[in-house]
Amino acid sequence: MSELLIKNGYIFDPISGIKGDKADIAIKDGKIVDKVSSKAQVIDASGKTVMSGGVDIHTHVSGPKVNTGRMMRPEDKFFRGSYRGGIIKQGKRMEMGFSIPSTYKTGYAYARMGYTFTNEAAMPPLLAPHVHEEFRDTPILDQAAMPVFGNNWFCFEYIKNKELENNAAYVAWLLNATKGIGIKVVNPGGTEAWAWGENCTTINDPVPYFDITPAEIVKGLIETNEYLGLPHSVHIHGNNLGNPGNYKDTLDTLRLAESYKAKNKFGREQVLHNTHIQFHSYKGTSWADFESGAKEIMDYVNANKNITCDIGQVTLDETTTMTADGPFEYHLNQLNHIKWANVDVELETGSGVVPYIYDKNIKVCGIQWAIGLELALYAKDLMRVHITTDHPNAGPFTRYPCVIKWLMSEKARKETLDTMKWKDKVIAASNIASMDRELGLYEIAMMTRAGPAKALGLAAIYGSLVKGADGNVAIYNLDANDLPSDPELIEAAFQNTAYTIKEGVVVVKDGEIIAEPHKYTLWTKVNMPENAQVMHDIKEKFTKNYTVNLENYAVFDEHVHNPRAIELDVA
Amino acid sequence: MPKVIENVGCPYCGCSCDDVRITVSDDGKDILEVENVCAIGTEIFKHGCSKDRIRLPRMRQPDGSMKDISYEEAIDWTARHLLKAKKPLMYGFGSTNCEGQAAAARVMEIAGGMLDNCATICHGPSFLAIFDNGYPSCTLGEVKNRADVIVYWGSNPAHAHPRHMSRYSIFPRGFFTGKGQKKRTVIVIDPRFTDTANVADYHLQVKQGHDYELFNAFRMVIHGHGKDLPDEVAGIKKETILEVAEIMKNARFGTTFFGMGLTHTDGRNHNIDIAISLTRDLNKISKWTIMAMRGHYNIAGPGVVWSWTFGFPYCLDLTKQNHAHMNPGETSSVDMAMRDEVDMFINIGTDAAAHFPIPAVKQLKKHPWVTIDPSINMASEISDLHIPVCICGVDVGGIVYRMDNVPIQFRKVIEPPEGVMDDETLLNKIADRMEELKAKGEA
Repeated sequence: MSELLIKNGYIFDPISGIKGDKADIAIKDGKIVDKVSSKAQVIDASGKTVMSGGVDIHTHVSGPKVNTGRMMRPEDKFFRGSYRGGIIKQGKRMEMGFSIPSTYKTGYAYARMGYTFTNEAAMPPLLAPHVHEEFRDTPILDQAAMPVFGNNWFCFEYIKNKELENNAAYVAWLLNATKGIGIKVVNPGGTEAWAWGENCTTINDPVPYFDITPAEIVKGLIETNEYLGLPHSVHIHGNNLGNPGNYKDTLDTLRLAESYKAKNKFGREQVLHNTHIQFHSYKGTSWADFESGAKEIMDYVNANKNITCDIGQVTLDETTTMTADGPFEYHLNQLNHIKWANVDVELETGSGVVPYIYDKNIKVCGIQWAIGLELALYAKDLMRVHITTDHPNAGPFTRYPCVIKWLMSEKARKETLDTMKWKDKVIAASNIASMDRELGLYEIAMMTRAGPAKALGLAAIYGSLVKGADGNVAIYNLDANDLPSDPELIEAAFQNTAYTIKEGVVVVKDGEIIAEPHKYTLWTKVNMPENAQVMHDIKEKFTKNYTVNLENYAVFDEHVHNPRAIELDVA
Repeated sequence: MPKVIENVGCPYCGCSCDDVRITVSDDGKDILEVENVCAIGTEIFKHGCSKDRIRLPRMRQPDGSMKDISYEEAIDWTARHLLKAKKPLMYGFGSTNCEGQAAAARVMEIAGGMLDNCATICHGPSFLAIFDNGYPSCTLGEVKNRADVIVYWGSNPAHAHPRHMSRYSIFPRGFFTGKGQKKRTVIVIDPRFTDTANVADYHLQVKQGHDYELFNAFRMVIHGHGKDLPDEVAGIKKETILEVAEIMKNARFGTTFFGMGLTHTDGRNHNIDIAISLTRDLNKISKWTIMAMRGHYNIAGPGVVWSWTFGFPYCLDLTKQNHAHMNPGETSSVDMAMRDEVDMFINIGTDAAAHFPIPAVKQLKKHPWVTIDPSINMASEISDLHIPVCICGVDVGGIVYRMDNVPIQFRKVIEPPEGVMDDETLLNKIADRMEELKAKGEA
């Protein structure tokens, strides 16, 4: 019977609509409750900001391509390891790495920022046991992972033949086999094309051999997702990422969702989540006339309630890009000529890893930085627009506090802009310099916990301080009624919490890890009758094409760390 | 009734085959039959149920003999010596599961020591090249389903990876490769006429130690300078080079498998570096991938596990305890041994006494030496303490990483000899004991 009472903090909880009122939060046995007994441990949060634990909807922190990045970049440790900044070991294990931190550092660093849940953005199904091994070694954080479906041969065939029920049965089977949470789509069709050295750069480019288009794949997967009623929507990284002029392809992708409505019991309203939308909001015809398409994209998102997105903010760091978009990483490597790793995965997906330096003295990097911020500042409904850096693609997640600073302070934006060598060109190619909007703490709470939790269909558990939710709380050293005029202090407050509480246990105090309680692996368990046709197809593909036996493919129970299933029934 | 267990993983080579059929006796202690395995794999399973398995730790006595002791004593002895040592080294891991490798990382972080794996004498140079140049690779199923050109360079799977060619590369009929071997072109580049060369369409008998020059020649052709080649490069005629380069350029999907014939001849990491560069060049005109022929069934494992734990795949220096450091040459096992820097040695899941140079073994032998291994081997026989453990894939399961870094879930097929611990349990007990001793101030 553990009890905890957080007294007198300024509460920001968009799920229950509390906007900075002074109130108490009570936690009993790991859950938020109305009240606790007088024996409860008390934390005095007066003069501090209280939010639920942060929820990251899209981050690459666990699994094969993340680890390829760690393995092939020793320099990420040598030159950027935080030990050089003097971190004395706080948790049980050492913390290593900057843009692709070790699993232990990942857990500790998120907790220090007040985050308690992350959604791994891309799990190659064949390599799912690897993701779960890393979950075991990532302390504190509850985690989930989305298997990738956008280049899966089974899905290609079912969707092409308009066999929706079979596709749904296959998706349900694969979520169960990999202990995944939802449907991720990366460069639909394009990664399969990359297995032959080609790509699909528009939603109408046919996939070699399979005679299907990205548009058909995306629509088929949206229909499948809503047929099953999964907690999260289809989560899309569309075609033609990262290229000038791609905002048109992005609008094409978003329009694919137009006729669909969300059907689920989890309170989710969108049918499509467009991730790291900054990378998809580019105008111009080349890098020479490259400019922001943020206005066009956000006008569309604002007008269409069945879409959510996260921004994928460029943080102007040296980082490591990694994505299941194999052809994109190859093309990126053709630009910067640094080292390039690639892993094509049989029947399912692919991936690439390339180090990248977002140099504030390069014009394009400056414009990319401006686009991410513009997207957030143009947004009308911040429950549908979430803060990410597509970690580590646009920058490491440890820069979230810096992103928050830029969004909350025009002064901070101006200061960064002033350091850019091509400042005038960045201003000319974007509207960032003319935007005076400054977001408040309530809006930040929407973008970093309530919104992502709702979009993931997990708002009953995470991102909320309503009764019954997990007792995950972040307490920041920020007086909501007297915010500091120096934006650096805002960043510092979000970098290290006064307290982070995970299921009622204080895990961080004054920015230091003090406990490492248990954690969960979240996954979606779809209960539906076995589909004989699909099981036959699965057996056939494993016999003929896979190099791993079917019986060894699904992650064994003993390799799933502390599972917590989100269950749903499909008749 | 004997029981048949299917889909069993094989704890021998980097192929990590997972289609083995094992027939087990009624009482679950004996293996009666082994199917779908190469000759070497069969022997490992048979050894697993051998009556000669060591069941208790053995401690060297002053008279040189070995005496059985309890696991508890062995754990305490190892923990105390690890804490006492200034620079202990734990090395091996080709034949352990990932759970054991993760536990080993915990042990050496607490002890503040060095941690290294067999890559240090094997594919370490490949890691160095990957650090510089990346790794455009794929899973083995991509080769099976798509590849029409296969290159084996400095590797001889016919002997070292007996089922590699039949399961993954040359012979299987995959989705886009329905005609199997008939539609594949196989190129073997090796100074010897190996049994692998025997099944190749082209065998390029490169002059020993001159692989780098031959790579360079191929790159020249790909870059359009073929006519500038001399008449012969590295013992290969210009016409042959041009012909083979043409095949590479016209591949729909090509894969280069490379082995220790590149990593441990003149050039070492530079050979791999240029092999990767050639792969990158070829991707401008075709689709090419490259893969290291990792030796043991889970020698890819420690590189994977320690990368997520510390950020480095091998040659780890954890002596500072709050950050890791890696610098092969400085922190590599053989180099440290040769300089006599290591003051305690733990050999686990390999046989350093057989594989290291004799002068290195002699230096290591001056200090406490623990061997953690199921079998009697050269290392166990010169140890101060030999702790027997379960055999992964036979009497304990676990995750292992195949040569293409695909995790394969191994199964336990028989009960271990009574009382014998697995690597993970043993190592975690050593770590717990060290924490206990530290807390009591006995360290």
